[in-house]
Amino acid sequence: MADLIAGAGYSEREQRVVGEPVLRIDGVVKRFGDNVVLNHISFDVRKHETVAVLGPSGSGKSTLMKCVNLLEQVNDGQIWLGDTDITDPHIDQDKTRARIGVVFQQFNLFPHMRVIDNVTLAARKVFGWDRARAEERAMELLKRIGMDAKSREFPDRLSGGQQQRVAIARALMMEPELLLLDEITSALDPLLVGEVLEMVEELKNQGATILMATHEMGFAHRAADRIVLLRRGKVAENGTPHDVMDNPSDPETRAFFHSYRDWN
Amino acid sequence: MSDGKPLDTEVSSIEQEREAFRRHQSMRSVVVSLLSTVAFVMAVGVILNVSPGWPRVREMFFSPEYFAESFPKVLDGLWLNMRVLVYALVGTAVLGTLLAVVRISKSPVLFPLRVLARAYTTIMRGIPMLVVLYLIGFGIPGLGLFGRMDSAVLGTIAVILSYSAYIAEVLRAGFEDVHPSQRASARSLGLTSGQTVRLVIIPQALRKIAPALMNDFISMQKDVGLISTLGAVDAVRAAQIAVARSFNYTPYVVASLLFILMSIPFIILNDWYTARLRKREQTSGMV
Repeated sequence: MADLIAGAGYSEREQRVVGEPVLRIDGVVKRFGDNVVLNHISFDVRKHETVAVLGPSGSGKSTLMKCVNLLEQVNDGQIWLGDTDITDPHIDQDKTRARIGVVFQQFNLFPHMRVIDNVTLAARKVFGWDRARAEERAMELLKRIGMDAKSREFPDRLSGGQQQRVAIARALMMEPELLLLDEITSALDPLLVGEVLEMVEELKNQGATILMATHEMGFAHRAADRIVLLRRGKVAENGTPHDVMDNPSDPETRAFFHSYRDWN
Repeated sequence: MSDGKPLDTEVSSIEQEREAFRRHQSMRSVVVSLLSTVAFVMAVGVILNVSPGWPRVREMFFSPEYFAESFPKVLDGLWLNMRVLVYALVGTAVLGTLLAVVRISKSPVLFPLRVLARAYTTIMRGIPMLVVLYLIGFGIPGLGLFGRMDSAVLGTIAVILSYSAYIAEVLRAGFEDVHPSQRASARSLGLTSGQTVRLVIIPQALRKIAPALMNDFISMQKDVGLISTLGAVDAVRAAQIAVARSFNYTPYVVASLLFILMSIPFIILNDWYTARLRKREQTSGMV
């Protein structure tokens, strides 16, 4: 597969060099009423790095993703995207959202638009590209994921895996600084999970910066540079897959990974 | 079946028997429905024939001479109804959409408008259409602000005001029915809240509520006949004039017939669209 990250052309060597923090989560607190979902969460995602956020259901993974994408407001702490404090209410939130590519669990393609219009929508409406330019770039992306033949179809004519790949292409369209993947395989037939995960690994190898919440332990172990384990709203572990997943010292962490027997 | 192999035409005796039984069953239902139709028509015919007043009623309502005589005038009047309908349709669509968008908005700036829109839809849906017509038709000219206004224009305004309240509520329900994840997805692409409503929420909502909207449109088609109460010479008023002259009610039947004919294409369109929507919903949803 050719570069999905346009204009990147990251060399093999560059990929190994983990750069500046792209995303800095600093003491983030999120409460729903009396329920503290995120309790002073802090960690970084650096350039070209893939960070997997793991944790049992209800540990705050999804809430954290929503905070990073400004779909939820934090109750304390800061989130930095590059040099921008995105929790600062003075900033243009719409412009900031466009700098982050998001892929959701339920694909969330727009059912009333053809694949090509789904992919080009943000380019045309947020960045003001003309249709020809947007479609050229979109067709390039679709071709690389093998979906160019389906560009005129409506989403409900595609399989779940195909829809999710289109959703990823849509998120990549504007060359986001950060790719946010929120349990993107959880709603897929097990047979279709592979094609989506393959695409994510491809992106990683091309130098994308990825923050993903997932239940695919095997995939996280293989693809992530770092694992952040959330437990009861706090960062329980933050380290390489090897350190966190293979021989954790914490008994609770060990019990958690033990319950997922399939990951190696 | 496209692999070119000849189909196995041998059918087991069990399947043959099932087929025979199904054929028998469907034959039976055709015969039953035929018989019941004939019985119904005969019953109606008998009742009418034994009614002592039927010849008189037939003469009063279904007289061929009066039918032919009043038809051109009533048809002329219907042309006014059609024009009023077109303006009312556009006006209702615009006002109804504005009301619905205000109703679902969350911006604090729009708070007073939101309260107004809510009060408007509540009150307007409660007032009988006829009262709205009188209020607008006789109230506005009474103010003496705009000089003399055509009663058809006033009637159109009244229809718009009344129907936009209904349409606004249907639209609002449709907007709120679009799953929140669609909004999240649009916002995360960087679309503004206005763009999200315009490009993502409204188009999806319209699909879902199209049958309900078309139903309201069909209902509006006949309600434009109410502008006759303000003196506009539409189909109903033309019929009224003809009745007053001849003391025969056939012109009313003419007007009804024309209104029915006008609505049939849209009723067919609505049925077709609803069926298509249902089919689409049943075939999609696979992951």
